[in-house]
Amino acid sequence: MTTAATSTSKMAAEPAGGLRFYGVWLLGILVLIVLPMIFSSGGSLTSFSLIGIAIVFALSYNILLGQTGLLSFGHAVHYGLGGFAACHMMNAVVSHGWPIPLPFIPLFGGLGGLAFAVIIGWVMTKRAGTVFAMISLGIGELVASSSLILRSVFGGESGITTDRTALPKMLGWSFGPQLQVYYLIAFWLVLSAIAMYALTRTPLGRICNAVRDNPERVQFIGYDPHVVRYIAFCFAGFFAGIAGGLAAINFEIANSAYLGAIQSGLVLFSTFIGGTAFFFGPILGAILVTYLQLGLTNLTTAWQLYFGIIFIGIVMYSPGGIAGLLMMHRPLIRAGTLWTVIPSYLVAVVPTVALACGVILAIETVARFSGGDPINLFGIAFIATSPVTWLTAAILVVGGFFVARLAWRRIAEAWDKAATVARDRGYLA
Amino acid sequence: MRKLTLAIAVIAPMLGHAASAEDTVKIGYIDPLSGGGASVGEGGLKTFQYLADELNAKGGILGHKIEILPLDNKTNPQESLVQAQKAIDAGAHYVTQGNGSSVGAALEDFVTKHNTRNPGKEVLYFNYAAVDPSLTNEKCSFWHFRWDASSDIKMEALTNYMKDVPSIKKVYLINQDYSFGQSVRSDARKMLGAKRPDVQIVGDELHPLLKVTDFSPYIAKIKASGADSVVTGNWGQDFALLLKAAADAGLKVNWYTYYAGGAGGPTAIKQTGLDHQVFQISEGIPNSGNQAAMDFEKAFRAKVNLSLWYPRAVNEMHMFKAAAEKANSIDPVKVAAALEDMKFEVLDGGQGIMRKDDHQFFQPIYISSFGKLAANEPFDEENTGWGWHIVSRVDTPQAMVSTTCKMTRP
Amino acid sequence: MLELIVISTLNGVLFGMLLFLLSSGLTVIFSMMGVLNFAHASFYMLGAFFGFQLTKWIGFWPALVLAPLLVGAIGMAVERYGLRNTHKHGHVAELLLTFGLAFAIEEIVSMIWGKSPLDYRVPALLDFPAFTIFSTNYPAYKIFMLAVSVIIFVALLIVLKRTRVGLIVQAALTHPHMVGHLGHNVGRVFMAVFGVGSALAALAGVIAGPALVTQSDMAASLGPILFVVIVFGGLGSLPGAFIASLVIGLVQTFAVALDGSLASAFGPLDPSSGPSVLTDVWNVTIAQVAPIVPYVLLVLILIVRPMGLMGTRET
Repeated sequence: MTTAATSTSKMAAEPAGGLRFYGVWLLGILVLIVLPMIFSSGGSLTSFSLIGIAIVFALSYNILLGQTGLLSFGHAVHYGLGGFAACHMMNAVVSHGWPIPLPFIPLFGGLGGLAFAVIIGWVMTKRAGTVFAMISLGIGELVASSSLILRSVFGGESGITTDRTALPKMLGWSFGPQLQVYYLIAFWLVLSAIAMYALTRTPLGRICNAVRDNPERVQFIGYDPHVVRYIAFCFAGFFAGIAGGLAAINFEIANSAYLGAIQSGLVLFSTFIGGTAFFFGPILGAILVTYLQLGLTNLTTAWQLYFGIIFIGIVMYSPGGIAGLLMMHRPLIRAGTLWTVIPSYLVAVVPTVALACGVILAIETVARFSGGDPINLFGIAFIATSPVTWLTAAILVVGGFFVARLAWRRIAEAWDKAATVARDRGYLA
Repeated sequence: MRKLTLAIAVIAPMLGHAASAEDTVKIGYIDPLSGGGASVGEGGLKTFQYLADELNAKGGILGHKIEILPLDNKTNPQESLVQAQKAIDAGAHYVTQGNGSSVGAALEDFVTKHNTRNPGKEVLYFNYAAVDPSLTNEKCSFWHFRWDASSDIKMEALTNYMKDVPSIKKVYLINQDYSFGQSVRSDARKMLGAKRPDVQIVGDELHPLLKVTDFSPYIAKIKASGADSVVTGNWGQDFALLLKAAADAGLKVNWYTYYAGGAGGPTAIKQTGLDHQVFQISEGIPNSGNQAAMDFEKAFRAKVNLSLWYPRAVNEMHMFKAAAEKANSIDPVKVAAALEDMKFEVLDGGQGIMRKDDHQFFQPIYISSFGKLAANEPFDEENTGWGWHIVSRVDTPQAMVSTTCKMTRP
Repeated sequence: MLELIVISTLNGVLFGMLLFLLSSGLTVIFSMMGVLNFAHASFYMLGAFFGFQLTKWIGFWPALVLAPLLVGAIGMAVERYGLRNTHKHGHVAELLLTFGLAFAIEEIVSMIWGKSPLDYRVPALLDFPAFTIFSTNYPAYKIFMLAVSVIIFVALLIVLKRTRVGLIVQAALTHPHMVGHLGHNVGRVFMAVFGVGSALAALAGVIAGPALVTQSDMAASLGPILFVVIVFGGLGSLPGAFIASLVIGLVQTFAVALDGSLASAFGPLDPSSGPSVLTDVWNVTIAQVAPIVPYVLLVLILIVRPMGLMGTRET
């Protein structure tokens, strides 16, 4: 599984690497096929569809952030324009009677995202870093605001609706039921993921990494970093447009909310939490963030706070994201020293969980202080106004914090030992 | 470690939800419960929960208990569709929503498509506050019912009041630049022009939605135009900031508003000291003088600690019950049929009717002003000591508008 | 016409100075530490809410001093326990940390003070019209805001350019090790700078709270425009931010006042052509697009001159 964007050629040359590599992809496809058979309720189908869209979107964002080192605050612009392009295309297909079935529509979404990237990208990618970030912020705001002014194209704030079942049928599928839409999204997910993965293995993908790490040296070897950034930007816009097209098919509506800062923030969030250094990072992040967004909002009104805390936690303690955290263990597994760390992990679980429970209890206590339901933590009901609750929360937070700190120090020691051994055995740590 | 934290965060509160009985009538409440619109959404949720408790205490609907499912849509149309799907999964055959006409349009479209694609699993959409006229005109649907007066009905009522006030000579229109604001503006132009051709519209301003931090330039224009009255559909901070800027500049006009009573509005009016110069068009007010309504208001405030901002929610739920009893069923299709052309005595008194042609509810509309209260007006707003005072009541026939709806029926 | 120009200029200057009040702290933090602080607007919001609460307990004037101090302390804690640890992972990580912080602060504020607007009033001492021009009143409070902005601008300039403290701070940014060797605690310098920046944001909050709406979404609604100001003016340039604030304030105000569209300039389009992008563009008034004008300016200046109006470096 040589998915590391920064992996060395040594790993790719490993024996049986090819088999394992294809195995992972096949497994992924199999999971996508089987998933709706296990969880078949309408809600889980909708969730899976949304997660699929979010994965494509996050992967496209990682072409910018992870691959090329461009921090964008306006990536949703391409997503949204892709959505609008797809919606307009669907309506045009219906009204003109063109023989284009629904599964081809996301391609037009992609072209919509690409078109804007081609037009705007050249001036945007002149510089990297803060200048690019700020231009993307400005462009994002501009497009979102303009979408409300150009009503004939964007339909004002109520947006443009469409009917996906009105398009020509393909293989007898009307795409009315969510299940068929799910498979459509899964198909495009696999297709885009393979395409984007392949992109990282091309010379272009490599030179993107070089532009990210050291643009001057790229210039010395005869490439123009500006051109490289521009091409990467166009690819990112294209795949974001595909994600937007899929969203338009799923919701049968495109409106200005697609283009806005919230959507841009979410994709940054997903990608970073998942981990930008590895291809599968954004996938994990998109799954987690979409799941949280769908699940957490129904459980607590303070979901935004949990989002913020998780984000701060990841930035501070694991800047490589979830993927980085997981991949840290790879040398240990290879060296066979992982087992020396596990006991200290297990020891750390108890105080860490206690700390987490304390924090949750404290947050919910404040959130529900002025009335509201009692808090249920593992079936134990806590009343927000009762001093017992405050005391429990305080003990859990303070106690959990100090014990967890000791336990995590132990992990660090055990980790150092295991990593030293792994390094001695010739595996990079 | 973080994953564990999340798992607990997600699982823990789930454990508390008791499985509810099969025969409850579930109503999915889809409105913002977090983010910018949350203060409004939470007020609505409390209102519906109060109403469910009230009906349940009297035996529910045909013996079925009512359960409100709170679903947070963050005022986002896409998110609302996901939440609607969740409500349907949870067994809800009714969803209710109010904040944001864009959400309303998305939901109406969703419900219509869902019902065509899933016969036998129909869902009704009860709209209690999305006032875009298009929802009961070109976009109208059999599966959508609206209890709030749409913006053109309110303008019809307002202009019917204004035509008898000779002191109004120069009107300035300022509205938010989105579908609602635009319909307020075009209706005002059209209806005022027809009823009071002598009234001059001296300004017609659209400003971006929730983006303006300083309204002084707008106030300068209003002042320069010499207007004596301003008509605005602004809500939220756009209303509060507009009024503050006006008070700062010493602008003396009468304000005819749609949403001056919304969260934060009364506080802002009190801050500016504009005593009985801010008017509101609504389907009911706390100090309506109707004894039953005032008793309801008193009980509601005692329990929920909010003023009843949605008398239409009361009408909606009570009428839902009446329709289900008339149909002797909680099946959405039968309830929908029973609701059509149903007449109903509204909370603040007077008869309303759910018109069959477009599923718009027509009811008496009140013009009220905000300021110091008289002795027989017990209710103030947001602890300001000021409250709403009836200026005029426009009866149902004077608050009706025509529709272009061509409804497809199942 | 003269009336409109005079009043619009006045309004524009007043609004521009409010923007400067808000962005001064942001630009100080950026020029000293190179950190784009996304949580800056959140500190501004904290200032407004602390100001509201303290005004209730001890009155406006003590709150004007105390609330910025409190928020400054919070800012220092954020620098000490958050940013300092993230610094080694680069500026993107720092930026994202403040991004997460902004999320958390907004929710904490709405948990404590609720989501509805608060009744935060102008102090009685300043609640009178200062002067009247063309029968339009200008409240004393606005003049007070203007004065505070100018004082802060001058004070910051003097401290940074003319004092020893300012020299050390500037040196710590470019040559941290050298400054460390000279016996200064560089970490503490950064912490103090971040604290001062946050305190300035909070000061803006205490002052702007009564004039605008004190509500838990006030940070989100003002955040982006602050970035426009400091990027337009040139990242890290205090005079640049000052000029940019004025420019944006004036441009926005005049855009509202002008009230023209292509249709009013060249006559309406042929109605038979039906709705299209052209009719949308043709009929939109300058006033309608006023709030997006700053973003147009931002994009244009970054394309033409990436360091901004008065900036000296790009990142």
